[in-house]
Amino acid sequence: MEADPRGVLTGVHFIDGDHACCEGALAAGARFAAGYPITPSTEVVERFASRIPTIGGTFIQMEDELASSIAILGAVWGGAKAFTVTSGPGFSLMMEHIGYAAMTETPCVFVNVQRGGPSTGLPTLPAQADMMQARWGSHGDYEIIALCPNSPQECFDLMIEAFNFSEQYRTPVMFMMDEVVGHMTEKVVIPAPDRIRLYPRRHTRKAPGELNLYEPEEDLVPAMAHAGEGYRFHVTGLTHDERGYPAMNARAQDRLIGRLQEKIRRAAESLALFEEEAVEEADVVVISYGITSRVAQRAIDMARESGLRVGKFRLKTVWPFPDAHIRRLAAGARALVVPELNRGQIVREVERAAAGAARVVGVPHAGGSVHRPERILEAIREAAA
Amino acid sequence: MSLTEIRIAGFGGQGVILAAQVVGKAACIYQDGYATMTQSFGPEARGGSSSAQVVIASEPVLYPYVTRPDVLVVMSQEAYTRFTPELKDGGMLLVEEDMVRLSQPHSNLKVYGVPATRLAEELGKRMVLNIVMVGFFGAITGLLPQEALRQAVADSVPAAFRELNLRAFEKGYEYGLQKGLENTEDVRLLPLHSFDE
Amino acid sequence: MSEVLTPVNPVEPFLRAERMPHIWCPGCGIGTTVNSFARALIESKVDLDRVAIVSGIGCTGRVAGYLKLDSFHTTHGRAIPFATGLKLANPALQVVVYSGDGDLFAIGGNHLIHAARRNIDLKVICVNNLIYAMTGGQTAPTTPGAAITTTAPYGVYEPAFNLPALAEAAGASYVARWTTFHVRQMARSMQEVFAKKGFCFIEVLSPCPTLYQRRNKMGDGLDAMKFYKEHSRTRNGAPTGEVGLTRDGEIVVGKFVDRDRPEFRDLMRDRFTHQLGDRYVDDAEMAEHPHCGGEDGA
Repeated sequence: MEADPRGVLTGVHFIDGDHACCEGALAAGARFAAGYPITPSTEVVERFASRIPTIGGTFIQMEDELASSIAILGAVWGGAKAFTVTSGPGFSLMMEHIGYAAMTETPCVFVNVQRGGPSTGLPTLPAQADMMQARWGSHGDYEIIALCPNSPQECFDLMIEAFNFSEQYRTPVMFMMDEVVGHMTEKVVIPAPDRIRLYPRRHTRKAPGELNLYEPEEDLVPAMAHAGEGYRFHVTGLTHDERGYPAMNARAQDRLIGRLQEKIRRAAESLALFEEEAVEEADVVVISYGITSRVAQRAIDMARESGLRVGKFRLKTVWPFPDAHIRRLAAGARALVVPELNRGQIVREVERAAAGAARVVGVPHAGGSVHRPERILEAIREAAA
Repeated sequence: MSLTEIRIAGFGGQGVILAAQVVGKAACIYQDGYATMTQSFGPEARGGSSSAQVVIASEPVLYPYVTRPDVLVVMSQEAYTRFTPELKDGGMLLVEEDMVRLSQPHSNLKVYGVPATRLAEELGKRMVLNIVMVGFFGAITGLLPQEALRQAVADSVPAAFRELNLRAFEKGYEYGLQKGLENTEDVRLLPLHSFDE
Repeated sequence: MSEVLTPVNPVEPFLRAERMPHIWCPGCGIGTTVNSFARALIESKVDLDRVAIVSGIGCTGRVAGYLKLDSFHTTHGRAIPFATGLKLANPALQVVVYSGDGDLFAIGGNHLIHAARRNIDLKVICVNNLIYAMTGGQTAPTTPGAAITTTAPYGVYEPAFNLPALAEAAGASYVARWTTFHVRQMARSMQEVFAKKGFCFIEVLSPCPTLYQRRNKMGDGLDAMKFYKEHSRTRNGAPTGEVGLTRDGEIVVGKFVDRDRPEFRDLMRDRFTHQLGDRYVDDAEMAEHPHCGGEDGA
């Protein structure tokens, strides 16, 4: 379906990533947001709070991130598209509800504008150190989708994808920004509403009385209903059967958890958004994401000037991890260089996927600033040697 | 426009960020180009140091940071001291001449001064000094058409202050046109206070 | 008690029969509260398709699973913020939060006071059994002094919350307390809150024979009923500051607060209308979430 024009600010703008993220959510049809102030993410909900009363919808500033992260789930079951926004410490508090959203198959988006951690860390400075938390942060076994924009334009574009994926697969989607992308101001082109394709809510076509709320369709994703429509359904975070009723046994657990994982795993290829350049003939491929991809670009340019054959692979989808693409890169290149604003997270995934087919060189950084491009250049040189 | 790195710096409350925003907006929205603006504040919201970086280009900007600015606009002594060494050889240094005393002649730079605060005060509002500076910047650098900058100013300030800001912009621009002409022969002959020894 | 034992159990049409038997122990009071709630649903004539039940975790948290209504069994302590999102997204719903004292006042205490402060239109029914029952009888913020729990084996010495006082102080529009002995009064309060706009709070003192009564040598469920009967005194309008509970003392019951404060959505509408005039779009008046897509589907 097309976007609802009321939420689409068509035109050319000069705005930062946080603001663009909000516009992406509005264009995607988000009409409910709950949040709790935390640097450097707050501008997203500040803009939402200012925009939503004239569009039709609700922003509520909740008493903490636990509340924000479940208020949005209530809103989704009430019929809205909803998201919340946070950073480091708030993201930690939201983990239980990411699990609850995964278990109850509640489509929603969690935005994390990453800052330095752990704990209070560096509130105003960038990091990319929550990447594993986005994947594994809630207890139990589940698959997740996480997207990683590297510009304000992409904060807009990928936010729409984030909502689309969440609706299509009925899963929470992690939107992993970072402080630099969040606060960097650039040109953002917002298209006309009829150029924005949205994946509609998978609402059941069955009548009340006929619906088993968790009976999967062919792609393993069940259709849902909203409260107040007469279905009298039950939603629980307990392990449940296809009716949605608690089922406290190993068989039910295996069936449910297996399906929750498989519905995303089998879609990994269509979920894998990425950008690549000159990887076929490359000796070294630099794999990066978010703001680091733009710093890496400078290093790649410098390396190429010095005659090295360097390719670029940028992850837009970080989870599910695009194993197949990394295997392909590893088969062609001698080495893969992975700079990131953490002490080594995604590099481990690259190592796992490459499985020894290429050398993997991490370029760790504890956060607080971006890499010096020269540091990445050194790693490229070392990897090419 | 070829890729140009610009840094605007001063202290908090001078409207450094807004000035940078106007430049970026002019490039992106009114000139069909691209710009990336990043900023850093001091620990205090007012009075601390404030600096914004804008990279403008006709193609999308990949590396977002300013490393060797082509143009440096400074509105405080601290900003001048801190950022002038970064300037590219032959780069342009635009100073608020009542706020900044040059510590040495800069033979490798093109230096231009403007009493932006005084000009703003003449308009009745000291707070528009940043927009005076933008006008001056526009005239001196010629990087962006006057009209693009003018529209960006109009679009960046609250409606109630639009007229005032547009006048501030024109004032800075006119001053810049004159100074630009005056200084083409020898940029070191600045109408500034004496250099510190 | 005769009402409860009428030949046709009034609860039956409201239960998910396929989920019986329930998990509650013999003598547990939660079922009694559900009985009164069903009665309130009948008497209040609310559209059952428009009632949603939200529970947290714990014995009372299981109520949502047994009621044949749209029902949400959420996370521990977070029934109220979930209900807040649900109510705001669909203002036409009657949203009932049905949970226990530990869930609503310990782990979820912050949410309760903020929901009361906002005076958001939620009906909160708190079944207070004075203990963490599901996890085996640990101290709750409601456990009265000297009572024995598994985490206070020598008796509780920290002071307990006075729930009605807390709810009133935080801003609730309606506050009542009953025990499971007071089935009719409880049902009447439950019925009343469906007609009351704003944050409504009903505390129901309810026995946990397995983990509270037995451990404190207070007998079984029937003994609890006797205790409630003998120790409770109805004082409608009693100052909530005077209704704190002790282990063996008087139980003041009644409707303590019934006042009109502007409700959250009304406040929101007023503010936006004041500031934005015609530009304000009240989504409560819009067709239900056209932006979501839906039946006309993928």
